[in-house]
Amino acid sequence: MGNRRWLLPESIEDVLPREAEHIEALRRRLLDEFSSYGYDLVMPPMLEFVESLLPGNRSDLDLRTFKLVDQISGRSMGVRADITPQAARIDAHMLNRCGVTRLCYCGSVLHTLPASFAATREPMQIGAELYGHSGLEADIEIVGLLASALSLCDIQTVRLDFGHAAIFNALIEPASLPAELGQEVFSALQGKDIPALRELLAATAEPLRSALLTLPDLQGDARVLSEAAQRLPALPAITAALSDLRRMAHSLGDLSIGFDLADLRSYNYHTGVVMAAYCAGSAGALALGGRYDGLGAAYGRGRPATGFSMDLREIARLAPNGKRRGGVLVPWPESDAVHAEVKRLRSAGERVVFALPGHEGSWRESDCDRALVLRANEWIVEPLKED
Amino acid sequence: MLTIALSKGRIFEETLPLLAAAGIVPSENPEESRKLIIGTNREDVRLVIVRASDVPTYVQYGAADIGIAGKDVLLEHGGAGLYQPLDLNIAKCRMAVAVPEGFDYVAAVKRGARLRVATKYLNTAREHFAAKGVHVDLIKLYGSMELAPLVGLADAIVDLVSSGATLRANHLLEVEEIMQISSRLVVNQAALKMKRDRLQPLIDAFAGAIAGTTAP
Repeated sequence: MGNRRWLLPESIEDVLPREAEHIEALRRRLLDEFSSYGYDLVMPPMLEFVESLLPGNRSDLDLRTFKLVDQISGRSMGVRADITPQAARIDAHMLNRCGVTRLCYCGSVLHTLPASFAATREPMQIGAELYGHSGLEADIEIVGLLASALSLCDIQTVRLDFGHAAIFNALIEPASLPAELGQEVFSALQGKDIPALRELLAATAEPLRSALLTLPDLQGDARVLSEAAQRLPALPAITAALSDLRRMAHSLGDLSIGFDLADLRSYNYHTGVVMAAYCAGSAGALALGGRYDGLGAAYGRGRPATGFSMDLREIARLAPNGKRRGGVLVPWPESDAVHAEVKRLRSAGERVVFALPGHEGSWRESDCDRALVLRANEWIVEPLKED
Repeated sequence: MLTIALSKGRIFEETLPLLAAAGIVPSENPEESRKLIIGTNREDVRLVIVRASDVPTYVQYGAADIGIAGKDVLLEHGGAGLYQPLDLNIAKCRMAVAVPEGFDYVAAVKRGARLRVATKYLNTAREHFAAKGVHVDLIKLYGSMELAPLVGLADAIVDLVSSGATLRANHLLEVEEIMQISSRLVVNQAALKMKRDRLQPLIDAFAGAIAGTTAP
């Protein structure tokens, strides 16, 4: 058999030095950016009672949540699979502010099954949420923050894609399908599975049927919005949603954006503008977000809410990792002169590494490219040479 | 570069007219070539030749932007992360339950007997029998399913049937159709967003070609 103690479970990994440093640098940069927009950092717990982690009937999230029994209360607890409901709980029940609340967070979550193909089961979720404003201004602020966060990470050729949950909701509610069928229609829409949609909607009345079948085609650039206005029934909710999307597009200036009116994320969860960010080199969306008014009601206080989150590990994989400056190798200090020099170098921002006695030869492993050496009675820094 | 994932054989042959409708002609025939990446008359389009059951994986992972896969394969894969906008109406057949001549399938189901079912399509078989309320023990096989009931390995099989000749030759009877199968166009979700300008004309050309062949 051999020793397999080094083996990690599937889709669980270590983050090794260079990558960990990269992730941490991005984390700081992003949280500083969020803070500069007035978003307060919160750190919700890893574990909570299952019913708190799963407000509403989100069966996808339920399946994705690791569960255990609390030895103190005997109740079921879950390891969080998504921080957003925790932020909503904090806003609804802990802070109790009447006006606008802006929260941000960064932490690991666990998934029983990888969220997508080849995804990790331990994403590091980083995100920002805005509570208390139901107007489009909140969505515009959140999208602006997302765009600036991605540009801060030097992620190239980003494309933001928008949908609007109210369009689907306006069509599916009057169709009054049984809940299970509604869920299947939703899944078929997410996969743009038009043949399956046709079967599922065989008994649905016009014009709802044609409208639902049209949704998967309504994707592309801003022309989609005028096409939608022509092809979808002029229900007030749809007209309002299309006008929201137009305003959103207008606010984003020259960013590369698109629309997909069938893209809706989670069933029975989002209520307004939803967005996804894509970039070259990624097989799926790298950031997801949208409006989810009313989630707070599960915690006793429904609040308008919008936000986005992303997996920092995936962001780090896509963001260029600049070359780290090499450190300075210093012999184990025997004199005050060396101590003083080390102190001076460190306060100047250098990484100073002691060559412990007997390990002088392994300087390559310590990522140093210079050394402190004594030349003519003076300690100077010179490049390390390969020999 | 647009990458299209295809499997050899029937799907490839029946895809050629669709590709032609989109102005794409492969530079080689994969049946004769050992190459796995095949160029086309268009410099920005290439084909990758993979096993039929691997097509959804390549597309989901973004290794190919689009692909053509049978509904049978997609049901096993689950379809997560894929768009499947078009039924191409090619490589048609059906998924069915077959039993040896003389086996009373209806009575066995009515009795609620635990059936042993040999198949390559575990998810489809599991779903089908669960919907019927029948307990089954599934035996995963990779080929020659027809043999399993003949040598006592299984009571029934779930397999693709096109003409039914193999079943007849082995004294098996098709007792239940599970679903009609045909090939689907599958599209990587991010590719549709990032390369829409090049993908959409291709999808439209395919849609046009199918509408042309199936119009009454």
